[in-house]
Amino acid sequence: MTALGAKKARLPGPVLRAVENVLFALGLPVLTVLLWGIWSAGSTNRFFVGPLTILDAFRRTWIGPAFVDDVLPSLYRLALGLVASILLGVAAGVVIGRLRLLRELLEPLLEFFRALPPPVLIPVMMLLLGITDTMRVVVIVSGAVWPILLNTIDGVRATDSVMRETADSFRITRWERLWLLVLPAASPRIMTGVRQALSVALILMVISEMFASSAGLGYRIAYFQRNYLVAEMWSGILLLGLIGVLLAVAFGLVERRVLRWYHGMKEITRA
Amino acid sequence: MRKVLLGALGLLGFLVGWQLIPTLGLVDPQYLPYVTDVLGWLFHELRDLAFWRRLSYTMTAWATGLAMATFAAVVLGAGIGLVPFLRRATHTMVEFLRPVPSVALIPLAVLMFGLHLRAALVIIVYAAFWQVFVQVIYGVADVDTVARDTARSFRLTRRERLRYLVLPTALPYLLTGLRLAAAVALILAVTAEMVIGNPGLGRMIELSRSAGDAVGLYGLVAVTGLLGLLVNVVFRFVERRSLAWHQSVLAEGAAR
Amino acid sequence: MPDGSPLLRVEHLRKVYASAQGEVEAIGDLSFTMAPGELMCVVGPSGCGKTTLLKCLAGLLRPTSGLVEMEGSPVTGPSPAMAVVFQEYGRSLYPWLTVQGNVELPLRHKKLSRAERRRMVADAIEAVGLAGSADSHPWQLSGGMQQRVAIARAIAYQPEVLIMDEPFAAVDAQTRADLEDLVRELHLTRGISTIFVTHDIDESVYLGQRVLVLSNSPTRVQEDLVIDLPAERDQLTTRALPRFTELRTHVYAQIQRAKRGPVTAPPVAR
Repeated sequence: MTALGAKKARLPGPVLRAVENVLFALGLPVLTVLLWGIWSAGSTNRFFVGPLTILDAFRRTWIGPAFVDDVLPSLYRLALGLVASILLGVAAGVVIGRLRLLRELLEPLLEFFRALPPPVLIPVMMLLLGITDTMRVVVIVSGAVWPILLNTIDGVRATDSVMRETADSFRITRWERLWLLVLPAASPRIMTGVRQALSVALILMVISEMFASSAGLGYRIAYFQRNYLVAEMWSGILLLGLIGVLLAVAFGLVERRVLRWYHGMKEITRA
Repeated sequence: MRKVLLGALGLLGFLVGWQLIPTLGLVDPQYLPYVTDVLGWLFHELRDLAFWRRLSYTMTAWATGLAMATFAAVVLGAGIGLVPFLRRATHTMVEFLRPVPSVALIPLAVLMFGLHLRAALVIIVYAAFWQVFVQVIYGVADVDTVARDTARSFRLTRRERLRYLVLPTALPYLLTGLRLAAAVALILAVTAEMVIGNPGLGRMIELSRSAGDAVGLYGLVAVTGLLGLLVNVVFRFVERRSLAWHQSVLAEGAAR
Repeated sequence: MPDGSPLLRVEHLRKVYASAQGEVEAIGDLSFTMAPGELMCVVGPSGCGKTTLLKCLAGLLRPTSGLVEMEGSPVTGPSPAMAVVFQEYGRSLYPWLTVQGNVELPLRHKKLSRAERRRMVADAIEAVGLAGSADSHPWQLSGGMQQRVAIARAIAYQPEVLIMDEPFAAVDAQTRADLEDLVRELHLTRGISTIFVTHDIDESVYLGQRVLVLSNSPTRVQEDLVIDLPAERDQLTTRALPRFTELRTHVYAQIQRAKRGPVTAPPVAR
């Protein structure tokens, strides 16, 4: 490390630092893909195809009608399920968080539903709702709502006592209290819940389609596998990965915006 | 006391409500069976050895996957976390691989290993790995600067620094990661059985559904929920216990 | 005050908390009155129920028995006639709002035109000397500046009585002196009646027109002392006055007495 540092010091500043950052960011991924390409070219393992083959399959499979028929509906259900989970989880969380009696009544039940592996709800929902798109959205909600709900309850409960007294002493209205105190105070916890809900929702979207569907991303990927369309299957995994990464990035942007005060405050207390 | 009573009351209310829905004919008992039937099924199954065997399949897959993931994550996480160069170099890769939903790997795992436990382990390990790995990386990087300078000024050896500085700092992170990983591993153990079909509770759920056995289905779902609850309680207990001295836990305890 | 009627009247106030170890008497029997426009300091040994008294006055706590009366009508809940400045400024200001937003918070539900509200907020921020920081967030400011924001919020609310609960206990000495002068100045220029709770004897004598010394629990009024220092006060000259020293020694002796029974002579400095 010291040798590296000494070398760095001799070279001109900002441009080089930018180059270095890019190298650090892209070095390993590029290297991995290259090695994979070289290895797969010489390999006879038919389950590991080269990156170029996958890219080609990706273009053939997903860019075109399949995007409209399989990908968009899946994403639509995912979005619908997430929005419903957030609205439901936050609304119920605020109510339960503020009413002690209700909270104590529901606590064991909520603990149970939080601990329930969400995919086991798929067969239940299939039984209750049939194999429909409603079922697939309800499945997403039934799994994704718990982390949001429980985190909201904790966040609402943990609202600082002096902040509450401040609101009391200035006779803030109920509505102002909700929007200016309770929700912002709980927002770091709510965002934690939403982050957990994102990955649960994505899992449920895929599984519910693998299980009971004749369209959608999950169905496609399972179909490719059953028919030994290896390159296409890899391209599906790639697409799911991309969706996961894009969701995480989008969430990160929203979170940074919503919790700017929170991160700023933490940075200052740490310094 | 009040809490326990109210909690029991809530649970009772839930069960009574459930019983009433099919009784009043709101939903056909074929789709939502009587809670009394489900409880009866549970008591019957608890005395059946076959049930326990299935449960042990699921828990074996869970434990094996969790152990493999933890081992890999601790070794890699500590190795990468302690070397700033590696931490920087792997950052993009980690940020790209982590959000990939592990269920996306099910088809690949099935192609590679067939409809067996090993295919299930691939996705269990993949999902559980990241939970621990990320925490370990944070943990070993979180060593207090004053504590680090203190160690340096007393010229502790590398080994001593690992033992007395890095390990205690990283331990709470590791245990948090372990708790999260345990929950995730259970979810994927059951999911894999449902989708891949390796034997265990998950496969029984899928079989009950396709056989139209609503009572068995609801009973098995309840069992997986209780398992999840048990896993949560045990790991939370371990976390609390072994970290009784740790500040974050102390602060949390005081706040309650 | 034209007719001499008190602004605030407290009669036989008593507050008992139920706790796991039985009942805890925070306030025994307190009676006093306050005239409009007064700046009154309340001091007492630690644990004598100062904060409880203040919360009863502000309507945040219900007294167990007795009466708190504001302009002739009993206080049963938080009143628009009172504004509180809490000791814990870091927890009383909302970190997700800017300085401006925090000051505006209590005005939102008052029926005011937008322009008028803006003007009141700007005026209050100006009055505490934070005109340049209106768009900052509280956590970007120093502790003293944060407490200034809390004061601005309280005066923007335009209360009859400003209640301050050990507001400067958590700031450093220099900042504290500046804040004390700010309270004096606001009192002089705006004529807001102020109740200032503190455990600092010097502070109470320097700030107050009147000092209410509380006894240890069961809390009652140990002494009601008029501070006959000139209205124009200054950190250096006022604190150097012989009368200032006399008064602070007197209050000190009173508090010692309150803590552990009668003391005949004030303690001699070594």
